[in-house]
Amino acid sequence: MTESATYPLRIVLAKVGLDGHDRGIKVVARGLRDAGFHVIYSGLWQTPEAVARTVADEDADYLGLSLLSGAHMTLVPRILDELRSRGLGHVGVLVGGIIPEDDIPQLLEMGVVQVFGPGTPLPDIAAFLRQQGSRTQ
Amino acid sequence: MSQVQNNNPTTVSGRPIEALYTASDAGAPPGLPGEFPYTRGIHETMYRGRLWTMRQFAGFGTARQTNERFKFLVEKGQTGLSTAFDLPTLMGLDSDNPRSLGEVGRLGVAVDTIDDMLTLYDDIDIGQLSVSMTINAPAAVLMAFYLAAAGERGFDVAALRGTIQNDILKEFHAQNEFVFPPEPHVRLVVDVIEYCTRHVPQWYPVSISGYHIREAGSTAAQELAFTLADGLHYIDKTLERGLAIDDFAPRLSFFFNAHNDLFEEVAKYRAARTVWAHRLRDHYGAANEASWKLRFHAQTAGCTLQDKLPELNLVRVAYQALAAVLGGCQSLHTNSMDETLALPSEHAAMLAVLTQKVLAHETGVTNTVDPLGGSYFVESLTEQMAAEAERYFEQIESLGGMLEALERGFFRREIADAAFAYQRQLDAERKLIVGVNAFQQAEQKPIELLTVDAAVEQEQIERLRKLKLQRDNDQVGRTLDALRRAAEGDGNLMPALMEVAHARVTVGEAMAALAEVFGRYEAAVT
Repeated sequence: MTESATYPLRIVLAKVGLDGHDRGIKVVARGLRDAGFHVIYSGLWQTPEAVARTVADEDADYLGLSLLSGAHMTLVPRILDELRSRGLGHVGVLVGGIIPEDDIPQLLEMGVVQVFGPGTPLPDIAAFLRQQGSRTQ
Repeated sequence: MSQVQNNNPTTVSGRPIEALYTASDAGAPPGLPGEFPYTRGIHETMYRGRLWTMRQFAGFGTARQTNERFKFLVEKGQTGLSTAFDLPTLMGLDSDNPRSLGEVGRLGVAVDTIDDMLTLYDDIDIGQLSVSMTINAPAAVLMAFYLAAAGERGFDVAALRGTIQNDILKEFHAQNEFVFPPEPHVRLVVDVIEYCTRHVPQWYPVSISGYHIREAGSTAAQELAFTLADGLHYIDKTLERGLAIDDFAPRLSFFFNAHNDLFEEVAKYRAARTVWAHRLRDHYGAANEASWKLRFHAQTAGCTLQDKLPELNLVRVAYQALAAVLGGCQSLHTNSMDETLALPSEHAAMLAVLTQKVLAHETGVTNTVDPLGGSYFVESLTEQMAAEAERYFEQIESLGGMLEALERGFFRREIADAAFAYQRQLDAERKLIVGVNAFQQAEQKPIELLTVDAAVEQEQIERLRKLKLQRDNDQVGRTLDALRRAAEGDGNLMPALMEVAHARVTVGEAMAALAEVFGRYEAAVT
């Protein structure tokens, strides 16, 4: 179940769209790095295409997206499509930020692995990733 | 339920606090309200003379929809309007830009051209009302749209009253809405300050903001120090335009966060006034008392709101508002309890305003001026924070000044370190958030939320498409050429931007023309 003994899980973190709220994603990046994950933070204002490219280049197990602007129902499906079209459907997509409760089931149905709301402790995210383990085949 | 025995209490910013403060901690007495250095408030009578302005921020959808809301607010007796723009507008992009997808009209109103600006304040007497616009990267463009629109409607521009946020430095430090490199961006800030000083003298041309610095995770002392340092940089750059300090300093205003730690927040506001007054008088030689006075708007801290038990946010907001009022704010926005879930519903927005009414009319805190003045604890904290701000000024200076420190990533690093340290404290339960990492409740009752109509985006894009067909596109080209030439020189860009506005040039076109001259600034990853 867990691959962390063999190699550190690789996770790309990205901000998509125009939303500049990066406090949360930077804290998560640092927390996961301290917890032994290999973290690539791609920075602000990424397009769905650019995010998918980074995921491919970095051979990532997970992609963590942070959205606080309300554009998640537009942008997340586009990113999932981009990943699938590149044969990256196995990559585990996590979403964090301000996501209304009603949107969460829809995001999970689209293929998002987990949604982490505000106030999620860093150890919970790390524990979730360890429990899920490697996504590469 | 977790319960932590706290033997070494610190403020929310990590400042150690003693068990008891006495006269020996408090230093020199703080003087009187309305007197230099205004530690106890900028007015002699404070809220006995006049209550703070309850100024709530609003905007959504199209200019027409927000105009309807504004007219409703004016009918209800609101005397000032506060305008929230959507993310594409804040980033200087048009609604039809591919990067704007999904964001048009979502977090505020979409404004692409002067026609949207005309619609936004249509049927509203902007000759009488004061209008606030929260916009930064394209602030000069939007200011030109506003002034040009007022001119087309026949208002006397010289008599207009309002505020534009126009503070780009905190965008680089914290909020991340910037387009050009720091130097030309600051030039645009100063263009607005200079232009308004000369032509729109009752306008507040910059609202120097710590709010977003704090939201990004800074400590209270960093918020204080970085905000004032930003203000000092704008002063230095405006003086280079040949204006005298007393010409413009009375029109500088500030915007601070109101966070959870009540006494630390009060001390922050008191220290801000004290440090500013001394700088303005002693360093810049300002002679007009109005130049010495730091005026500020406060907003309760969005980052403290939780999605668990959202009604509990009402309590947090009320305490934060109390801090702002005990700290002597001139105006206040109280957040709605549902803002970690969605844009405020009408019910939540109403409760937020009424929270201020309870504070003003039920608690008695307005009955006397600066009720905390002379508290050993508060005076001691005020002195500590003023000293910390001075230490940060020295550090910024030693790094080569504001822009050099910014380019080196100093501010972003300091803020990110503080944000991470705070999260560690939460994870270790050394800091508690009720309902989140302590006293969690099994019961979670959902509350009613606002949803924004997705059709707004298509409607706005269609409106823009029609306008681009109908306008005189030769005039568009000519005014944009003139703007580029002006940007290559070193004169004030506001006159060229006014011409651009009248020609129905879009925000995105004007910003793209400026970017050809100034370049674009890549967002730092740190």
